[in-house]
Amino acid sequence: METIDMSLVDWSRAQFALTAIYHWLFVPLTLGLSFIVAFMHYKYYKTKSIKWKNTTKFWMKLFGINFAIGVATGIILEFEFGTNWSNYSWIVGDIFGAPLAIEGILAFFLESTFIAVMFFGWDRVSKKFHMLSSWFVAIGSNLSALWILVANAWMQNPVGTQFNPDTARNEMVDFWEILFSPTAIYKFLHTITNGYVVASLFVIGISAWFILKGRHTDFAKRSMRIAATFGLFAALALAYTGDGSAYNTAKDQPMKLAAMEGLYEGGSEQGLITVGMLTPGKKYNDDKDDYVFALKIPDFLSYLSTRNFDGYVPGINNIIDGDKEHGLIPVEERMMKGKIAINALKEYKIAENKEDKAKALITFRENYSHFGYGFLPDKESAIPNVPLTFYSFHLMVGFGFYFILFFAIILYFTVKQTIDMRRFWLKLAVWTIPLGYIASELGWIVAEVGRQPWTIQDLLPTMASTSHLSTATVQITFWLFAALFTVLLIAELKIMFHQIKLGPKEEGVNHV
Amino acid sequence: MFENLSYLVLQQYWWIIVSLLASLLVLLMFVQGGQTLFSQLSKNETEKSLLVNSIGRKWDITFTTLVTFGGAFFASFPLFYSTSFGGAYWVWTIILFSFIIQAVSYEYRTKSQNFLGRKTYDTFLFINGVVAPILIGIAVGTFFTGSEFSVDKLNITNVGDPVISRWQTAAHGLEAALNITNLSLGLAIFFLSRLSAGLYFINNIDNEAIVKRASKQVKICAIPFLVFFLLFVALILTKEGFAVNPDTSEVFMEKFKYLHNFIEMPVVLIMFLIGVAGVLYGIFTGAFKSSGKGIWFSGIGTVLTVLALLISAGFNNTAFYPSTYDLQSSLTIQNASSSEYTLTVMSYVSLLVPFVIAYIWYTWKSMNKKKVSEDDITGDDMAY
Ligand code: HDD
Ligand code: HEM
Ligand code: HEM
Repeated sequence: METIDMSLVDWSRAQFALTAIYHWLFVPLTLGLSFIVAFMHYKYYKTKSIKWKNTTKFWMKLFGINFAIGVATGIILEFEFGTNWSNYSWIVGDIFGAPLAIEGILAFFLESTFIAVMFFGWDRVSKKFHMLSSWFVAIGSNLSALWILVANAWMQNPVGTQFNPDTARNEMVDFWEILFSPTAIYKFLHTITNGYVVASLFVIGISAWFILKGRHTDFAKRSMRIAATFGLFAALALAYTGDGSAYNTAKDQPMKLAAMEGLYEGGSEQGLITVGMLTPGKKYNDDKDDYVFALKIPDFLSYLSTRNFDGYVPGINNIIDGDKEHGLIPVEERMMKGKIAINALKEYKIAENKEDKAKALITFRENYSHFGYGFLPDKESAIPNVPLTFYSFHLMVGFGFYFILFFAIILYFTVKQTIDMRRFWLKLAVWTIPLGYIASELGWIVAEVGRQPWTIQDLLPTMASTSHLSTATVQITFWLFAALFTVLLIAELKIMFHQIKLGPKEEGVNHV
Repeated sequence: MFENLSYLVLQQYWWIIVSLLASLLVLLMFVQGGQTLFSQLSKNETEKSLLVNSIGRKWDITFTTLVTFGGAFFASFPLFYSTSFGGAYWVWTIILFSFIIQAVSYEYRTKSQNFLGRKTYDTFLFINGVVAPILIGIAVGTFFTGSEFSVDKLNITNVGDPVISRWQTAAHGLEAALNITNLSLGLAIFFLSRLSAGLYFINNIDNEAIVKRASKQVKICAIPFLVFFLLFVALILTKEGFAVNPDTSEVFMEKFKYLHNFIEMPVVLIMFLIGVAGVLYGIFTGAFKSSGKGIWFSGIGTVLTVLALLISAGFNNTAFYPSTYDLQSSLTIQNASSSEYTLTVMSYVSLLVPFVIAYIWYTWKSMNKKKVSEDDITGDDMAY
């Protein structure tokens, strides 16, 4: 028997992570800035004031620079499921392909058609149609987020499907269940509000820079007020939906939750860690303590995961070893049942007569919920990278609360009209821009690293998802993408910084 | 309403939709063709800038059509998506690379501090203009000539090595470029994209000198286009094709299969002939009368021609993605498709397509009311 080529799996993962992380550098800004621009455009439409026109144009230009590279990095992700995860593409394509197709039909065309109007329509179409185009772009980009996130949420919580042994794949049985799964809804809301936060931080930071330089201060304050208001609402919603996401994770992906909290020995009345450090080198079932130190809010993890202060939260050891009392089946047992399911599928496929087929099918169905475990080499491989998940999660949450505070204070100063004097806060605003991006990437690391070893939770492990390629092939494309995207990123940043330095047109001077 | 259709009809419906997207893509590749003509059709930077801005307002649609084509193919025929993309890895990867560098180039080429310099971005556009039509043509050529791969759905139960589709050549798709049929289709599409770009410029640009040069370019590209296109058509009509026995699903070689398909599906044949006539008429008006209407005739003609070709590759018991390595691994619209349920859901979604086309049409009409001219881009700080 051949064995799975782990280095191929790892390089494929590395390539997907690389390209997704690059794509995600640009997407949040698109999601949020499109709405900010649309709102400014509306203001211009209403007031017909040249200052709003120039404000709109300035941010629109930055939007365009970011959008171009977002599109460039997106196309590769779309096709990577086929090129690098071809096994995955067949086994779940029946469900997973649909959102991607709908995204193209419903969202991408909306975006790309109206973006041309938004940029070039200033004197070509009516003012109203032009303004609406900006809104269509915003709606289109957020719709595209919806569909891809529905797809991603389904991988975390595969509802609405059934395995068809004749075609050897998962098939969709209920579209609405997939679309409206709580995982999908929270994921969508959490991710778009994250985009609004990132974009608000971006607008505030750049405006703060102008105020610090004493340039375009009216423009800057105008922009800042919009962004601070938008940002504060978004940041509150972000925390709320993040909490909802964590609750869903606890329900559907207990291992991910345990990794997020670095929790090995679970139980009831678990505290939530605010600040902590994991014991380095801590492994499943060794007798080290979980943490070097940890500041906990008592019982709060239990509440977060079960909505009950004395709820039971399993740790990594509990999940691996099983806990009959709480309905946890030991991973080794699940591996055995998974193998039974896999074998039953094989028997079903080769069985000559009806009876054998029917018998194999029953065995298969009985054990199907453990199917993916049949591919795992050992029980420890069911554990994701705990430190990476843990620190990413806590940093993200920490930033989340900082952003709420930050927006509230900036909003207060702008409303009070004292923002010019607050140089500390203005400088901080500039430095907060990258934090938004970092928090956002960390969120994906939590979501994606935390779900390892699964591509589809419990059903398909990453190692059974790859294409039939040599490791060298994927290594070559990995480095090609790394080089190309890095070069493009540098170009984007240089252009962006330069355009920012140029600043908006001065009010009423260069009338277009 | 779609619930009442049989599984086979749904599969056929989706094959038509995917083929339609592919034909639109071939038409919209006038963008790529244009990217290879920027220098040839301009004598100075202003003229070049006119050309770039004229195409630059359309490139996103071509790009999006490619993405949607990928998504729709994934949703309706996932086995194709997994076999072809994962197998012909290098062909697709190179195509995608060329689109990645395209996507930033319009926006970045004239911006100051753009790191790579305008020349590099223009070269990116040129590379995309050459690589994309030729390689996409070659990839589509394999629908008729076949590739070397095997598919075994049962292999998922092979815990040590569960991959279902396996490509059997180390070149991972690049070998297709050595086949004369594939290559002639690639080159035909390349020259078609250039002459369509010529026709598009005639229609879209308000500058006599450019229109004249574009018109000449249409003439020049028409010859190699016709040579390669006719060669391709002659080759497939005379070759053995990959037929499927409808009762046993067994794939076998049949002499003159594609010719038979055209004869047995006269509607498709008529579509094909009208399409070719449309392209020829479009070329004629563009080349000899510099008429702005040429793009409409050649455009609709292109869509009809490609659609007819792709239908003949998938309908009438034909394997649309044949394997020459193991005939029985060949993909048909029946064994490669999504489930009946998914196709039904997607069919409802497809009802939105006319709506999408309508708003694209409407916005383009409002945007094109005025041709692209020089004052248009000198006064515009958003111009490329
Ligand atoms: C600015 C970025 C940002 C900030 C400040 C936060 N998040 Fe977040 N988070 C994301 C950006 C993000 C994200 C990038 O949007 C993710 C990645 C995948 C996803 O669905 O959203 C994410 C994922 C994510 C997940 C994992 C979901 C999954 O595994 O599918 C949880 C549990 C949370 N978040 C919870 C929170 C909480 C409780 C926050 C407290 C305020 C928080 N996030 C702030
Ligand atoms: C754009 C934001 C995203 C980022 C930054 C991101 C990040 C990552 C990372 C870091 C990995 C590697 C995890 C590991 O191997 O340990 C990964 C893997 C993966 N992600 Fe995402 N992800 C994103 C969006 C998505 C979406 C929307 C989907 C699905 C629709 C998705 C599907 C996958 C798949 C299939 C893999 C490869 C298999 C695996 O390693 O699990 N990702 N992603
Ligand atoms: C791994 C899964 C993903 C795939 C396959 C993917 C695919 C794509 C593609 C093909 C494009 C270019 C579209 C065009 O032609 O205009 C794109 C752009 C975009 N994607 Fe992604 N994407 C992924 C992850 C995400 C996520 C997680 C989000 C949002 C939550 C997102 C939101 C967007 C948006 C808003 C755009 C518009 C342009 C921009 O990026 O700035 N994408 N994506």
